[in-house]
Amino acid sequence: MKNMMKLFLAGVAFAGFLTTAQAEDKPTIEMLSSWTSGGEAAAINVIKTEFEKRGGVWKDSSIAGFGAADAAFQNRVVAGDPPGAKQGVIGLAAADFVSQGLFNSIDDVAKAGKWADVLPKSILDLISYDGQTYLVPTGAHGESWVFYSKEAFAKAGIAEEPKTWDEFFAGLDKLKAAGLVPVAWGGQPWQQSKVFNMVLLSQVGIDGFLKIYVDKDKSEASVEGVKKTLAILHKLHGYIDDGAAGRNWNDATAMLITAKAGVQFMGDWAKGEFTVAGKEAGKDYGCMIVPESPGMVYIADSFYFPKTGNAETDKAQKLLAEVVMDPAVQVEFSLKKGSVPARSDVDKSKLDACAQKGVELMSAGAIVPDQAIVLTPQQVGALDDFVDEYWNSGSDDTAAAAENFFAIFE
Amino acid sequence: MKRKTNLSATFALLPTWLVAVVVFIGTMAWSINLSFTNSTIFPSSTYVGFAQYAKLFSSAKWLASLQNVLIFGVLYVGGCLLLGFLLAAALDRKIRFESAFRTIFLYPYAMSFVVTGLIWQWMLNPTLGIQASVRSLGWESFVLDWVVNRDLAIYALVLAGVWQGAGLVMVIALAGMRGIEAEQWKAARIDGIPVWRIYVSIILPQLGPALAAAGMLLAMGVIKTYDIVVAMTNGGPGNATEVPAKFIMDNLFGRQNLGLATAGATVLVLGVIMIVAPFRYAMHMHSKARGAR
Repeated sequence: MKNMMKLFLAGVAFAGFLTTAQAEDKPTIEMLSSWTSGGEAAAINVIKTEFEKRGGVWKDSSIAGFGAADAAFQNRVVAGDPPGAKQGVIGLAAADFVSQGLFNSIDDVAKAGKWADVLPKSILDLISYDGQTYLVPTGAHGESWVFYSKEAFAKAGIAEEPKTWDEFFAGLDKLKAAGLVPVAWGGQPWQQSKVFNMVLLSQVGIDGFLKIYVDKDKSEASVEGVKKTLAILHKLHGYIDDGAAGRNWNDATAMLITAKAGVQFMGDWAKGEFTVAGKEAGKDYGCMIVPESPGMVYIADSFYFPKTGNAETDKAQKLLAEVVMDPAVQVEFSLKKGSVPARSDVDKSKLDACAQKGVELMSAGAIVPDQAIVLTPQQVGALDDFVDEYWNSGSDDTAAAAENFFAIFE
Repeated sequence: MKRKTNLSATFALLPTWLVAVVVFIGTMAWSINLSFTNSTIFPSSTYVGFAQYAKLFSSAKWLASLQNVLIFGVLYVGGCLLLGFLLAAALDRKIRFESAFRTIFLYPYAMSFVVTGLIWQWMLNPTLGIQASVRSLGWESFVLDWVVNRDLAIYALVLAGVWQGAGLVMVIALAGMRGIEAEQWKAARIDGIPVWRIYVSIILPQLGPALAAAGMLLAMGVIKTYDIVVAMTNGGPGNATEVPAKFIMDNLFGRQNLGLATAGATVLVLGVIMIVAPFRYAMHMHSKARGAR
């Protein structure tokens, strides 16, 4: 027993020695992100480089697929061993963690950096909980984009961007006739839900969209809008290829880059893939907002800062927050990632043609939030299930399906 | 003296008991407890009765997952046993390069389900795999699109599963066959019984215990089927290959729905008990009857 006690004390002393040794080190941050595709990795590298330049040490714990990264993160939080930072969307997704007191506030950094003056109010509201700022926004993404390969459009003889759904489907017919895959479809539930939302916005407008997702409105007009959306989705199903099921979004983008397919519905992060492949916006590929859409769906990424109980990590978190909000980093990051800077006071001249369009819509306020911002994770899951089931069933019974849609809010 | 040995033995077993009680039974009780609460991302203590179970059984995805695991389980275990037995019988014929074949057939079992799943996903993907290669050779109408076909995706899983699991059954069955006395063969030969008949009527009944053990091993794998589904189809297209373990994992993590996930886990445990309990009871009665003899 005495020996045991000695051993124990020696262990404690050793552990104490280790922590002091660590305390003399540079501020270290372990970053858990799901940014692993070419464009994403290049973007996070911008932050990493600046962070290291300012004396920080960066430990990368990337996990491909945000569902997998979320699961790993949740596991580590519950186990009491959270990473120093986690990439995630703003809004409701982080609310539970904050209300449980698991995240560090970075309010002093936000106050010192005068974030309130440089961030759009909608974003500032979504990174603050009870008046305290907790998250640092990396950038905003538009999600109402249709990307198209100019080469494929030329081959099919499509001269102009289609303005209406009728023109759009006529264009798809031409692509099909030219022997190309009309729509490069990413057959994963989250991607399908995004297409559903962008089409829904084109059918019900900005107010109608907010009514459905924020007020959970089930009036005649809302139901009609959902039915029309489902009809368009059903029609789109006729223009995809055999390999669509389960396809990753970046594999779908690759089909455009190689001009095997005509169009892809995706968020503007797809531009990152084009950039990595050496393609230029407006020259090799085009981007347009979904036909008939009055605005765009947006989502914003941020970093979360879990409480680790380690003072050094707290310091590193504050340093990282400063780095992310640096105007030069914001622009450079957005160029690589294909996003729009969260700060509104940065130099926009460097942004490409597509991002310029996005900035315009954003500053005009013609934006609606993505489902991950306004719905709980359970409801987001139910929406994914709903769209996935409708899409794969091949049914065109839009009335019955619309009933199921409104059941996801229950 | 005797008492003391018992005490130290009990003391030595204490850690094992602690692990068994705390880790297995304790966490199980905790999970079952959570399934009656409205827990989302973190455990809550607001009890909602059977609400999570009602929600579970009104979920089309959960019902589909139960049906899928049943189809997969029956075909996977059955397919592995049948193919494994046939392979063992073939190797038992004292062929040349037997050990080489044995290694080849057993090799897939050494692979992780994730690797198996990815390989088969690529092979069965119509734009990358076998279909694309055959078509590029000139047979334009050739179709092999199991993985992306809603009605056939579950059978694609079975195919990959059997490819992986058959080797295990083969090894166990082969070991059993080698244990059968050569006298029986001689006797059967003298009686002029055809070879296939010997295997079916003489060898197979004697392999009963070996095959039962192999079947049990495979059946346990069926309940926790997760990795192969995630690697191959991720539950799609639609709900076509959703399985209970994946449903539970999705709700536990991605959807932050602890209550629903633990309700699903509880149902799964009940299912296992319902299958295993009569089996155990039969074994118990069987050994008792033997003891009485």
